Amino acid sequence: MRAIALVDCNNFYVSCERVFQPKLEGKPVVVLSNNDGCVVSRSQEVKEFGIKMAVPWFQVKDIAKRHGIIALSSNYTLYADFSNRVMRLLSQWSPNQEIYSIDESFLDLTGMAELTPYAQAIRNNIKQCLGIPVCVGIAPSKTLAKLANHVAKKQKQYHSVCDFNAMTVRMLDNLLSKVEVGEVWGVGRRSAKRLQQIGIDSVLELKYCATKRVRAEFGVVMERIVAELNGEACIGLDEITPPRQQIVCSRSFGVPVTMLTDLEQAVIAYTTRAAEKLRSQNSHVGGIQICIRTNPHKKKGAQYQPSILLPLFEPTDDTRLLCRAALSGLRQIYRSGYSYQKAGVMLTEIIATTARPRTLFEDIAAQQKSTSLMSTIDQINRLMGSGTMQLLGEGVKKNWAMRRGNMSQRYTTEWNELAIVR
Amino acid sequence: MQTITHTKQLERQAHRTARGLLSLTHPNKELFHQKRALLRSAVPAGFPSPADDYVEQRISLDEHLIQHRESTFFMRVAGDSMNGLGIFDGDLLVVDRALPASHGRVIIAVLDGEFTVKQLLHTPNGQVLRAAHPDYSDQHIKPEQDFSIWGVVSWNIHKI
Repeated sequence: MRAIALVDCNNFYVSCERVFQPKLEGKPVVVLSNNDGCVVSRSQEVKEFGIKMAVPWFQVKDIAKRHGIIALSSNYTLYADFSNRVMRLLSQWSPNQEIYSIDESFLDLTGMAELTPYAQAIRNNIKQCLGIPVCVGIAPSKTLAKLANHVAKKQKQYHSVCDFNAMTVRMLDNLLSKVEVGEVWGVGRRSAKRLQQIGIDSVLELKYCATKRVRAEFGVVMERIVAELNGEACIGLDEITPPRQQIVCSRSFGVPVTMLTDLEQAVIAYTTRAAEKLRSQNSHVGGIQICIRTNPHKKKGAQYQPSILLPLFEPTDDTRLLCRAALSGLRQIYRSGYSYQKAGVMLTEIIATTARPRTLFEDIAAQQKSTSLMSTIDQINRLMGSGTMQLLGEGVKKNWAMRRGNMSQRYTTEWNELAIVR
Repeated sequence: MQTITHTKQLERQAHRTARGLLSLTHPNKELFHQKRALLRSAVPAGFPSPADDYVEQRISLDEHLIQHRESTFFMRVAGDSMNGLGIFDGDLLVVDRALPASHGRVIIAVLDGEFTVKQLLHTPNGQVLRAAHPDYSDQHIKPEQDFSIWGVVSWNIHKI
């Protein structure tokens, strides 16, 4: 039988913060999204107060005050470093690993004996080396492994490791009958509702439903989910993440923005980030989309959320060309008199650099120059910190930049922000 | 590929790190040429430098100081409590969380929510944190105290 493990870090962002701020241990802590907008990570204590994931912070501020909840701005630099460390440690435990998200990884443990102690050893390893608590779910398919992880996290008696392979069918079915269908990986909120309408409430009911009917009503994806629930591995481990087909960089501003010059700076900054990502996956792009929008939550202000898609004359990965296109798009959609809250840049029609179509009038010398300039800038920024070299159009003061009121130090990436010991 | 004629050269080859050998024999053409480009010195007259075959990776402090890459962190010292063991205010500590905190090691502990660097002693009466300074007395860890070992100090980097 195949044995797929899903290792998932417990409230990852909060756990990272606690490693370098041990006094947060045992206290209710949340981490807020960019601009301190929403709750994106909650410690166990906070979950028990009933504060839900992704709620806007201002809505729960009163409850937070009452319970003395500590709110931190997100320190993605720190989380990214910890994520890399977790993933590299995990890679030593299996020949096949799929990094699924910043804090989750699938490991293929097929053929290994004594999986529960093995998974406990993985947990202890991550805990000792990094101080990050993780849960492990093991099952014959990825979908079941996700559920096993859910059980490991929610039910204390499993001590953070739940191995479906070690259970009898009856035990497993009993367990699945108590999990709601919406918890299944790949079942969205809308499908969950529709499933419930036809009488499928629990995971168990989905597992034993009539496959034909599911296929007819929900399509082949749901049929595959049902097969996975029956222990048939349909979704393989993607060891190498395929290059993304779209790259998005969109952020809200620290303060509302009305001036075109501020918007231009932001759009250049976001385009620069997107272009960096594009080059890091060795791709070119054929089109760029710009959008700006006012704050939809502000009922009083006039609303405006235009966007524009600009096809490029030929595919490129040059920040300068992309910014030129982005700015011409922005100037077409910008209207004065609105107070903008967010801008976004999306690169579409992404193709591998080696596979891009060549045109008859291509200026090869100029292109070589562009390639070496871009790779030099990328190298400098990698070596000396991102933003060391930027286009001047991105601005120096950046009035619009994100607000991060209570961000912790970058303990692992900046020399002058190390933890102090006495 | 170069032909190796000199016995001394052969000896050097044998001493090369696995990485060094890789760069000479790796089937990946691109990698091979990259390394070659680094090795080739620009001599206008066209003669290769006699040192080309001896170029090796320069030694790095990271390699020397870091045994476990993923579990190693740096911390900054404040105060004089460890002066007796050569750890001074402003020094840079290399802390490895993967090492066992055995008797006598200098460790980073968390005591009542705060970081501290001290020598750890395992005594019959429990764990003791010892400073290396006459002004500081031993701290016996009481069971009710909030105490944990964060990592083991493997190196101290002190600026002269």
